[in-house]
Amino acid sequence: MKNNNLYKYILSITDNTLILGQRLGELCGHGPSLETDIACTNISLDMLGQARNYYQYAAKVKGGNTTEDDIAFLRKEHEYLNVLLVEQPNTDFGYIMARQFLFDVYHLFFLQELQKSKDQTLSAIANKAIKEVSYHYRFSSDWIKRLGDGTKESHQRTQNAVDDLWTYTDELFHQTETDKAMINDGIGVDTLKFKSEYYERANKVLEEATLEIPESRYFQKGGKQGMHTEHLGHLLSDLQYMQRAYPNMKW
Amino acid sequence: MSELKNISSLDSLPLGEMSDRTEWVIGKNLIPILNQVLDPEIPVLTILDMGVVRSAIIKDDEVIVKITPTYSGCPAMDVIGEDIIIAFKNEGYNAKVELVLSPAWTTDWITEKGRRSLEGYGIAPPLDAIADKEVLLGGKKLVKCTNCGSTNTKLVSQFGSTACKALFKCSDCQEPFDYFKCL
Repeated sequence: MKNNNLYKYILSITDNTLILGQRLGELCGHGPSLETDIACTNISLDMLGQARNYYQYAAKVKGGNTTEDDIAFLRKEHEYLNVLLVEQPNTDFGYIMARQFLFDVYHLFFLQELQKSKDQTLSAIANKAIKEVSYHYRFSSDWIKRLGDGTKESHQRTQNAVDDLWTYTDELFHQTETDKAMINDGIGVDTLKFKSEYYERANKVLEEATLEIPESRYFQKGGKQGMHTEHLGHLLSDLQYMQRAYPNMKW
Repeated sequence: MSELKNISSLDSLPLGEMSDRTEWVIGKNLIPILNQVLDPEIPVLTILDMGVVRSAIIKDDEVIVKITPTYSGCPAMDVIGEDIIIAFKNEGYNAKVELVLSPAWTTDWITEKGRRSLEGYGIAPPLDAIADKEVLLGGKKLVKCTNCGSTNTKLVSQFGSTACKALFKCSDCQEPFDYFKCL
């Protein structure tokens, strides 16, 4: 494929939104309250819609008979390039909001930069998505504050979630060879440019939420190279079920 | 749906800051047909009221309609695309619908008539961006109840029954109602 780097780069962006969208979609009918249930599935819908835009573009870049559905639903686990953070399972609401918050902060900065991409389609998708993601960020940062500065129980649970998930934040800024090539071409986003701002903003909200900022220096990565935690396989068996049981369905 | 295209000269911006820089091209004879197509989730709004039609022109015996999604994942867009094709078919045209993402749709493009239709339907129309923020973040009471007209209203949830709405409740008449969020 002529544009292999571009293809892989698009996947590395959109797999994040697909997988997190799927995680949130799992809450449909299972949210802790009606309002939060609807909010999480609304956010999921935004993310799946964004994913679809990227996958349509990826299918075009790959060419041949590839469709958006093939790319979204028929790859094997190691071919998904999402970061480890987004595949972490839903445990309690504190955990779900911490995962969302740590991703939303990144997502906002990322889309801000992607809007400036030389690639017109990526820039257009970012331009559309950033408006939606600002709502996501409002929602998750708001909940971090409410839970962190809430009851003893909600504080402790959210603190545990932040401590656990912090391990996966450094990977957001890890640059693969594909990333580097795309940055050189003016298409990809140089995530290192906003790394310190990311932590500043995240820390500020955590402080406001009376939560401790984790001091851990141990970080995990691998998702961007297709090495995932055990959770992704289980998620995919659910995600891919329809397409595999009834081939050629369109989403 | 159709592939994504980034167009620069055919963007339809009925309102908003970019309207003077671009041109809204909708064939005059096509407007009555486009007006038959309604938003499937808010059936009092035509797609022109909604501001989702960027351009509609006849080219080589085919009508090419470019629409812009309200929200990326809005399921209504696929239905709208199909409805446009059917509406034109009924009038003897072949139509092709393309999706345009940039510049992104904004609630500023909902027409005045559209805003009144929304309110009549029980959905409070979007405020301007600053007021919207004050309502959703600052808890200010600016959204008017669609039932009794009071602004003594409160936000129940930032996310509502569809991607474009937030849920409100009137503290005077106690009725819950939707508010169309600024985007």
